[in-house]
Amino acid sequence: MSNGLSRLFKKIPLHAIVIAIVLVWITPSLGLFVSSFRPADRIASTGWWTVITSPSELTLDLYRQALAGEGMAQSFMNSLFISIPATVIPIMIAAFAAYAFAWMSFPGRNILFTIIVGLLVVPLQMTFIPILRIYNQTGLTGSFLGIWLAHAAYGLPFSIYLLRNFFGSLPRDLFESAFLDGASSFDIFFRLVMPLSVPSLASLVIFQFMWVWNDLLVALIYLGGTPSVAPMTVTISNLVNSLGGNWQVLTAAAFISMILPLLVFFTLQRYFVKGILAGSVKG
Amino acid sequence: MDRLLTGIVVVVGVPLATVLYVAIIEWIVARFSFRVREKIRPILWFGPAVLLLTFYLIYPTINTIYLSLFNADSSEYVGFDNYIFAFTNNRMLEAFRNNLLWLVFFTAATVVFGLIIATLADRVRYETAVKSLIFLPMVISSVAAGVIWKLMYEFEPKGQPQTGTVNAFLTTILPDFTPQAWLVNTNTNNPALIVIGIWMWTGFSMVILSAALKGIPEELLEAARVDGANEFQIFRSITLPMIQSTIAVVVTTMIINVLKIFDIVYVMTNGNLGTEVIANRMYKEMFNFRHFGRASAIAVILLTAVIPVMLYNIRRFREQEELR
Repeated sequence: MSNGLSRLFKKIPLHAIVIAIVLVWITPSLGLFVSSFRPADRIASTGWWTVITSPSELTLDLYRQALAGEGMAQSFMNSLFISIPATVIPIMIAAFAAYAFAWMSFPGRNILFTIIVGLLVVPLQMTFIPILRIYNQTGLTGSFLGIWLAHAAYGLPFSIYLLRNFFGSLPRDLFESAFLDGASSFDIFFRLVMPLSVPSLASLVIFQFMWVWNDLLVALIYLGGTPSVAPMTVTISNLVNSLGGNWQVLTAAAFISMILPLLVFFTLQRYFVKGILAGSVKG
Repeated sequence: MDRLLTGIVVVVGVPLATVLYVAIIEWIVARFSFRVREKIRPILWFGPAVLLLTFYLIYPTINTIYLSLFNADSSEYVGFDNYIFAFTNNRMLEAFRNNLLWLVFFTAATVVFGLIIATLADRVRYETAVKSLIFLPMVISSVAAGVIWKLMYEFEPKGQPQTGTVNAFLTTILPDFTPQAWLVNTNTNNPALIVIGIWMWTGFSMVILSAALKGIPEELLEAARVDGANEFQIFRSITLPMIQSTIAVVVTTMIINVLKIFDIVYVMTNGNLGTEVIANRMYKEMFNFRHFGRASAIAVILLTAVIPVMLYNIRRFREQEELR
């Protein structure tokens, strides 16, 4: 037997274990995916794996139902309306601050930054009651603006931390020569720092976007259950507990809520992993 | 019409406003002399961030500590009553017990599985595909994961065809197995919830540990192999010591996650049937019972629990800074 072949045989247990783990890990998602294309009464009476013997039953019924009723289409839009500004605002504001922390000198710089490092792990629970009281008084409860600002603030410590470390690693000469050429801070920031930081910014954008898109708790607290502004997570979790008889439609709804994160993940995976590695300390 | 307006504000207005902010502050600082300019410029650049952090994190934290010493509607000082409640109430004790269960099993399992998968995947050519698929649950919401696992844990009485994946699998390979109502049975519901957490978070620890494994110089491992060490010896005496600090990072991240675990429990059982956790308890005190004093006290307990991690992070950060 050739050497290569015997090595292949030796590796069979390894391949078997790896493939078994992967199968265990994807089975739950696969179950949801397959179920979402089955008729409701079949989901209730047989397991999703029976489609192998009756593939003709596959249908888009649940998707039609999910999008038609229960405000699912609207909550999809709400999720977008919440997530986009709640991603842009903190990252831009964090970038401004990170630029100051990395390349400007001012008294108290280190103390201020140490506080930000400390804030990384503060449980959000510490903030809900005082802010909700202020929101109730000012009418920000149940408004997009209220949740944008809350998410923005909650995302700031991590974003500042990550960007400041990245900005700080840019070469000093770059700034000096740009400054000598008479470039303004505005130009240096938008024409030099930001373009050079695209990889870090990309991973941060993905992170913050996913965090907000998948968030349930902050939305529950500040949106006060108002259906017209509820994101997908809130709408689906309400249905989980109330739908009773027609719970099968949730399979389609859950999958709709997963499409965007999955798309982002598979197209921008590289940045995603980079972001995790750069700062695995988010609170 | 209203929606369209929101859409425009969201896509164009917000990004534009942030750029405009810099343009305006730079226009303002340009009016001043060089000396003044260099003083006020940093303040204007970090100002919005510090304002938001103060308003949304620092002030509320202090205020919550204060409120935890008051009664339900914060009208009367009650001393440490809310804390006494938190440490003596049965539902709270149940929540502490469950968070401890989560802490031990979730943390251990995510780190151990993450390490095993990272190590094994490193030895096959389709490593990237393996890692993507293990990581996938990490990008979906706990709510979607809840729906996924409702299908997994679905229960039909013994003798009926099982529609839940777990029961169907177990009754097929073990004909004597009695199908379980995993989320209802008080012996299995906590483990069942923890499994969901492990399924979601193992990918996270795998990614970090995998990067650490790849950072170990190949020559070192090769030298050990030449000296006749087997793979297990290499793993124990070279790999593990070299990724120690990375494991510490993963463990602290998981501990922080576990203390605040909320979504999975809220969606699956809402803390009923003995599955209560601290964060869900706080939510209930806040919204169902409107007892802001107790809710605040519970939040403070959570904060106290993360303080060691906070100090550890700050120390690590200081050390890094000295190396710069």
